Parts: sequence; C-alpha cells; structure tokens
Amino acid sequence: MTYTFNETQMAELNRLVAHYPEGKQKSALLPALHLAQDSFDGWLPTELMDYVASLLHIEPIEVYEVASFYSMFNLKPVGKFIFEVCQTGPCMISGSDDIIAYIQQQLAIKPGETTKDGVFTLKLVECLGACGYAPMMQVGKIFREHLTKEKVDSIIAEYRATVTK
Amino acid sequence: MGVKLLLDKANVPEIRGYEVYRREGGYRSVEKALKEMNPESIVEEVKKSGLRGRGGAGFPTGMKWSFIAKPEGVPRHLVCNADESEPGTFKDRYLMEFLPHLLLEGLIVSSFALGANDTYIYIRGEYAWITDILEEAINEAKANGWLGKNILGTGFECNIYVHRGAGAYICGEETALIESLEGKRGNPRIKPPFPAIQGVWQRPTVVNNVETLAAIVPIINMGGEEYAKIGIGRSTGTKLISACGNINKPGVYEIDMTISVEEFIYSDEYCGGIKGGKQLKACIPGGSSVPILPANLLLKTATGETRYMNYESLSDGGFATGSMLGSGGFIVLDEDQCIVKNTLTLARFYRHESCGQCSPCREGTGWMEKILHKIEHGHGTIADIDLLWDIQRKIEGNTICPLGDAAAWPVAAAIRHFRDEFEWHINNPVLSQTSNFGLQHYADPIHVPA
Repeated sequence: MTYTFNETQMAELNRLVAHYPEGKQKSALLPALHLAQDSFDGWLPTELMDYVASLLHIEPIEVYEVASFYSMFNLKPVGKFIFEVCQTGPCMISGSDDIIAYIQQQLAIKPGETTKDGVFTLKLVECLGACGYAPMMQVGKIFREHLTKEKVDSIIAEYRATVTK
Repeated sequence: MGVKLLLDKANVPEIRGYEVYRREGGYRSVEKALKEMNPESIVEEVKKSGLRGRGGAGFPTGMKWSFIAKPEGVPRHLVCNADESEPGTFKDRYLMEFLPHLLLEGLIVSSFALGANDTYIYIRGEYAWITDILEEAINEAKANGWLGKNILGTGFECNIYVHRGAGAYICGEETALIESLEGKRGNPRIKPPFPAIQGVWQRPTVVNNVETLAAIVPIINMGGEEYAKIGIGRSTGTKLISACGNINKPGVYEIDMTISVEEFIYSDEYCGGIKGGKQLKACIPGGSSVPILPANLLLKTATGETRYMNYESLSDGGFATGSMLGSGGFIVLDEDQCIVKNTLTLARFYRHESCGQCSPCREGTGWMEKILHKIEHGHGTIADIDLLWDIQRKIEGNTICPLGDAAAWPVAAAIRHFRDEFEWHINNPVLSQTSNFGLQHYADPIHVPA
C-alpha cells in the first residue's frame, strides 16, 4: 500500500518542519511520525515509514530506528481505541492491578491483544505523569483518571457507542 | 498558608487564557527585563536568587546559564525540558495545563538573558492535550506582541516552538533530549562537550526544567535578593511538590521549603493525612529514583532532628539514612503496601526505560527486575538479596547518564531499610502471596555489606 498525505496533513507537516533551522528537517521526525500514525490506521507500517523518510529527505533506516525506540509508535496493527493502563509504582499502590484485571475480564483480552472486533487494544504502560489521579489510563489524546470498575464500564460503553453508531 | 509565587493565581477563572493572565499582572517581567535590564543583569539576579534546577538535580540555574558559550555568529538555544516522566512527578503538567502563559513568560525572559531567539519546549508525547494548550498560548502571545520580531520595540526576537516526544523517560536527560530534538533515538551523549558548548545542532544550548523557567518570572518581578529570603539556607524560593499514593489529598502543592515533612503529610492544607486512617509505612520523597525512607527516618533524621521539605534536610544523613528532594514527586505508602512489590514495579520501569547504550544499565536493570520478580512470587533465596545488592552497586556510577543511578538507588534503599521484609518474603513463600509484612521493624536501618 502507498500512503499520501492530503492537503491538510501536508500543511501540518510543513508547519512542523518550519520549526527547525534550514537543513535540520530531520528534527521534525518525531512530530511527523505522530502525524503519520494519527492520519492513517494508528500504526506505522514500513511503507508509511518510508513515505515519512521521503518527505523529510532522510534514509528509511533513520526512521525505523527512531520508530522502534519510542513507546508511542505502534509497529503492529492496533484496535481503534488503545487502553494504555499505567502499572508503575504510584498507580500500583493505588490499585491499578485490580483495574487491569477488570479490563482484561471485560474485554476478554490480555495485555498486548486486540478485541476480535478490532475496537480495543489493551496495553500496559509505564508512568504517564498522572500519579495523583491514579489509577489511570490514556485513551488517544486524553487521560482517563481516578479509575474504578464502574468508570471502566462506562468508558468501554462510551467508546463502543462511537463505533456502533 | 505559605508563600505562593507560581500557583498564586492558579485558581483565577480563565487564567489559562491571555486576557485574564495579562489583567492579573502577567508579562510584567518581560517588560522589566527587556526595557530596564540587560542579559548580564538578569543572569546576575538569577544567581542572587539562589534558584536551583527544579527537575531533580538541583544545580544552580544562574551558574548553568553563565556557562553558555557565545561564539560569534553561532545561534544559541534555550530548551525547556517538559519531558516530565519520573514516577510520582506531575507538577510540570499542572503548571503547563493551568498556567501556560507563566511558562511562556519565563521562557521569553530566559531566552533574552541567554541571547536565544528560537526556543523549544520538549514535551513528553503523552501530554498531547497540553501540547494543544501551549500552542494556543503561543499564538495568543504572538498576537499580542510578546513573541516574534522586535518585542516591545527593543529589537529582540523570540520564537517558541513545541516539540512533542513519543514516550521515552530517558529523554528527560538533557543530552538524550537534545538527540531526540534532532530526530534521533534518545541515547544520552558522552560529556564533555556539555550542551552549554555543543548542544542541539552543535550549538550552545541551555536545557532547563519547566518549573525552573516559570520561577524566573517572580525572580525578575521581585528581585533575586527578595526571592532568596523565601525558604531556608540553600533551598530558596518555593517548590512544587506533586503528592500521590495513599494520602487523602493527592495533588500539586507549592511550598516554601520551611515546612516539616510531618506537616506536609498530615496537615489539611497539604496531603491531609494517610487515607483510611491507616499508618504511614514509607515514602519516596523526590520521585521514584530517590531512596525510599521508612516512616521514622522520614519524619526525623537519624540524629532525631525534625526533617523538613527542602534540599538539605531531606538529604541529611546521606543515602545511609536520608534521601533527596529530587523532582518533588512525593509518593506515600501506607501500612498495607509491600516494599518488594513496589520495588519490583520501579525496577521494571527502569528496565523498560533504559536506552540500552551502556551494558551495566541495559543488563543490570533486567537482572534486578527478574530477581525481584522471583522474590515477589515466592521463589527467591536469601542469596538473591545479596545478588541484588551486588548488581545495583555495579550499575551505580558506571553509565554514561544518571539513569543507571536512578535504577540502582531505589533497589539499594529498599534493601538497606527493609531487608527484613525481603527475608520474610523469601522465608514465607506461600504466606507472602496472600498477606503482607506490615509495619514490623521498619524503623531501624539494617546493616548491609558495603
């Protein structure tokens, strides 16, 4: 599959590249990969990384080595919504273990897996900087905090409703 | 109520927007700095203020600024470190989310002091919605003449750009952050050269934490000497503490560093005591990498003095009986918490975040996690405790960047103060799976082989 940014996406890329000095367009790589991941299927297939490399005039390997280093870049297909649940110390002492077990039970998947309908992926992550509002998870751009089992139920229902509509 | 210099206006409605921020006295420090002061006198004020880096290391900011090289014709850069990732720390997030213009104001003054025209905010990728808040604030500041060319008719040009990371704790280390800003993996650089000489794109660069740069605003407004009168000793000014764990009122608090740890935990103005009326077992007072302290050593030093919430008092006794103020990530553990499990989650964190460049850290963090996992799940042996101690010792000080130390210290401190709990876990492999060691003997530091 070949990928091409539309006009809006291309304008955003150009805005990002313009943040850095002339000839230092490689600096825009992280923001550009976010843009690419968000613009297509939520992950970075090789062809998409190659496309980003061509846009920034760098070698594909320079993109691969970066994409594989940072935890927010997905190198495998993911569900429409990713539940990224924090499991580090402060969340753990505030009860994240129970929340993780409950989500696994409700979605019938294990960490790293995607539901059969392709709607949810469960990912266990390390500290997201929401320790005072634990337990928590990130879904897309936002943090869902002070999680309880009831809250997890309503969050699942909320996202499920957006796809069945 | 203590003095508040950063969060005094945080509860004013709409303070996030430019109009209200300006009406409440915002951007005065830019007027003062650009019209009445020069770069040298600003650096001088910051030196007088005694301000120390608020990211965790506590290095004097004025001194850091004075190291920046000024070669003819080479642009210099200021980079704001907003890659807040140390477990327990969420103060910069609060500041950027609710007072974005305070950070921009500090950035403009600091950029002027350093002679930097293009300034970057490197924000952790997960703070995606804060990236939007900051970009909105930048647009407002630009529209009102505080950014761009010829600010206040002085000829000074300043542009601020937000650069979003993508999930890597290591990028909070300044040279890894610089690598990441250049579009590379976050592998820390070997120093020297220091960033002040060769930083981003080989240009002289200063990297400062969000809270440090915001603190420049009150320092300019009130003067360095007045700022230094707040606090005590070398802990001048105010500090943001993000409190979390088993307390009644988790959140971000601004303190003036003269209050005691006991007051901070138990007073209603701050943490409001331990949740559910339970007992305090232990605390990690400055972000996950600083040594954990049992309750008794937290509230009083080894010599029986009251311990205070400042750089000197928290580190009193060194690592044998003290800890560090660090980033201000204050993690409280109640009587039901298991030290072995807590240490395991932190060891897993550091294994996950090790960049892999240095073998002591890459291999050592993995081994520490595996051994702790084994003990936690009832398969440990007494020899494992000594092995853990040995591994952490071989990581500390043997890596390019401080992540190695950050991974070693929590393990060392847990064994130093809670060795009996590790032994109990090992000697009670079945019982430890369903019950807790509780509070026994935790107050006395236990001798461990050096």
